[in-house]
Amino acid sequence: MSKSNNITQSAHISAGPPQAVGTTVSRRVVLAGALAFTALLVDPGSAATVGERTVFFIETYKKLVGDTEPEERDVKVDILETAENGNTVPFTINVTSPMTPEAHVKKITLLSTGNLQAVVATFYFTPQSGRASVSGRMRLTCTQDVIAIAELNTGELIRGQTKVSVLLDGCGR
Amino acid sequence: MITNPRIVLPTNAKIGEVIEVKTVVNHVMETGNRKDVDGKPVPRNIISALSATFGGTEVFRAEFGPGISANPFVTFPMRVTGPGVIEVTWRDDLGVSIKEIAILEILAEQ
Repeated sequence: MSKSNNITQSAHISAGPPQAVGTTVSRRVVLAGALAFTALLVDPGSAATVGERTVFFIETYKKLVGDTEPEERDVKVDILETAENGNTVPFTINVTSPMTPEAHVKKITLLSTGNLQAVVATFYFTPQSGRASVSGRMRLTCTQDVIAIAELNTGELIRGQTKVSVLLDGCGR
Repeated sequence: MITNPRIVLPTNAKIGEVIEVKTVVNHVMETGNRKDVDGKPVPRNIISALSATFGGTEVFRAEFGPGISANPFVTFPMRVTGPGVIEVTWRDDLGVSIKEIAILEILAEQ
């Protein structure tokens, strides 16, 4: 993407971490070996965005939560603020819940606001889980917000989120 | 190809305790977003489902998208009700599935 696009978009985005500016071609020359995944990645800059969220995310989110924005409480999305390697970004999601048959988390949906695919994973729990937590490793193609939506047995949705800076930003924004 | 499934359980578990079960398996988790050197799209092939049972009853389930890293590593919790067998099944887009079991032992009463 041209530099002028970056400047125009920055006007709409609240202050975030500075992103490395460079051409896609020189980035591909630098990336090799373990980063081969990113080097061969079709330029996700083709994903249309509104602000910093991809259209895919906005549509998926709307389908998931409906008209009411879930309350932001009790859901902790634990990811290091800066990811050196977007291929494998460790995450832990923890939802405060007694996990009893009367009050428990049924599922957690992990969403990416910047990747080409919005739903990273969905995790299903039962009262026998004992705890509503899960850890894994995800791919992040660029600096973005990562959002987790938890569905309780009552049907209520709650959410949590965190912003992750990816050093080798592959979204061409 | 799904290979080398592994489950890691704590060695000393007490009844009532909530333990962490670590699971990992080798799989490329091809997203379907990549193009090869000739510009042709590399078809998606990811592990899309993980299912864990204890004593035959499902205790945890996960659906993965392409945003989960290669060699998916997932840790989930489970409350210990007694000794038994944990079985984890991974299934990919091609319909290939692989199972692995681990035996949960209970710390003997002193």
